[in-house]
Amino acid sequence: MQRFRTEPAFWGLMTVDDRPSEAPLLADLARDLDGAFEGLVLAHQDRLFSIALRMLGDPRDAEEATQDAFVRAYRALADYDESRIHALRLRGWLATIVLNLCRTRTTKRAARGRGPLSLDAAAQAGAPDPVAPAGRGPLAVAERHDDRSRWARRLAELPVGYRAAVVLRHVDGLTYPELATALGRPEGTVKAQVHRGIAMLRTMLEAERRLEHEEMTA
Amino acid sequence: MTDDTGSIEGALSRLALAAPPSLAPAVLAELGLIDRYATIDSVVGPLSVAWNGLGVSVVDVAVDKPGFEARHRALTGRQAERADRLPSDLAAAIARRLDGDRRVRIDLDLRGRSEFEQDVWRKTLEIPHGEVRPYGWVAAEIGRPRAVRAVGTALGHNPVPLIVPCHRVVRSDGTLGQYSLGGPGNKRSILRSEGLDPDGMEAAAARGLRFVGSDTTRVVCLPTCRHARRITAPHQVGFRRFEQARRAGYRACHVCRPDSGAAAAA
Repeated sequence: MQRFRTEPAFWGLMTVDDRPSEAPLLADLARDLDGAFEGLVLAHQDRLFSIALRMLGDPRDAEEATQDAFVRAYRALADYDESRIHALRLRGWLATIVLNLCRTRTTKRAARGRGPLSLDAAAQAGAPDPVAPAGRGPLAVAERHDDRSRWARRLAELPVGYRAAVVLRHVDGLTYPELATALGRPEGTVKAQVHRGIAMLRTMLEAERRLEHEEMTA
Repeated sequence: MTDDTGSIEGALSRLALAAPPSLAPAVLAELGLIDRYATIDSVVGPLSVAWNGLGVSVVDVAVDKPGFEARHRALTGRQAERADRLPSDLAAAIARRLDGDRRVRIDLDLRGRSEFEQDVWRKTLEIPHGEVRPYGWVAAEIGRPRAVRAVGTALGHNPVPLIVPCHRVVRSDGTLGQYSLGGPGNKRSILRSEGLDPDGMEAAAARGLRFVGSDTTRVVCLPTCRHARRITAPHQVGFRRFEQARRAGYRACHVCRPDSGAAAAA
């Protein structure tokens, strides 16, 4: 795996891909799937859960979708021969699996006529807040929580295609080539979707600010 | 702070969260890479039941946590994680099975067990609630009539007693024989809970009553066969050996098949 990756010129930035190489895990999976699978789950559970949570909104749904994704991945790996496992790109591959399961769940949920249970998923899940600065008191934590739930809500308002692109790029941190593979679309298309999604979020944010300002000055 | 593109991305990156701690164990258990276990009540006291996504893997007398987990690992090679309770559908299925309902499906995870052992256990599953069959019967029914001792060993290694009812397999001389789930006393208690009279059975077998025929139908059964128990006392004819019954013009019951293993028992 290449260690340095040049991000698209569009951003004019160079980022360092300091993520650990997938090769040792893939080799373990090819050699002893049952023995190595726990390693795959531990390495990828946070990111798959985060993707599912931001796609579905509800932490219980997200946990189930993530579990299903790992079960599917295991069954697929059990069918793959060694060379196919070695050639896998786990990050994008697993993201595709969990996204597909989120899509199925959303469709089923719509059929049952039930909206997302909670957009403030993190608060409901009682998840530890990874960004709450230690020792800054409950108020700071509450503000952070509030800020995060507002962003989760804005994200949930994006059309699903844009949401998927934005979540994979900015919540999960996939590179554009990984994103293109995960979404099965050309790199140019996914790049455009991410930028369009961000633009929509910015529009929402500005509209909220205007409203806030009007209320304050009214 | 949130007024440019850079901070939108920063805010989005903070939407990544840690997965709940229950997630990884649930995945591994679903795939049968680890097991979970919980305690249920039974006629012989509390039992630990281990299961995973493939089925029930171990049933044993409930002991302390390290004791059960060590035994479970020795039996399966896997880690067992304690759970508060069994999944409700599994608990209900086990309760119905122990009540004698054979139609309820309980998946079993018997990976790594020999084909012979699995044949023995599968055959044992066919023995109805409240009935018993000799070891030799199981051996004959699986096409290994001479492997009576090996059948006994396989039943002793049954990892899921009560669900695979090895307590319903007894010695050909009518005595109850060994039992792995806490000893022979438990075998007696379980059979009693299924409506049998183990002491009476043993006494009758000692008197030479190992096959029971009806002088009206001329059909001969094993004594606990539901058809044998319908024969009223005046019409009951006892036999020590199946051969005697056959020579007297009796045919074997199609349900309990007393001729299976009868040669070995004779």
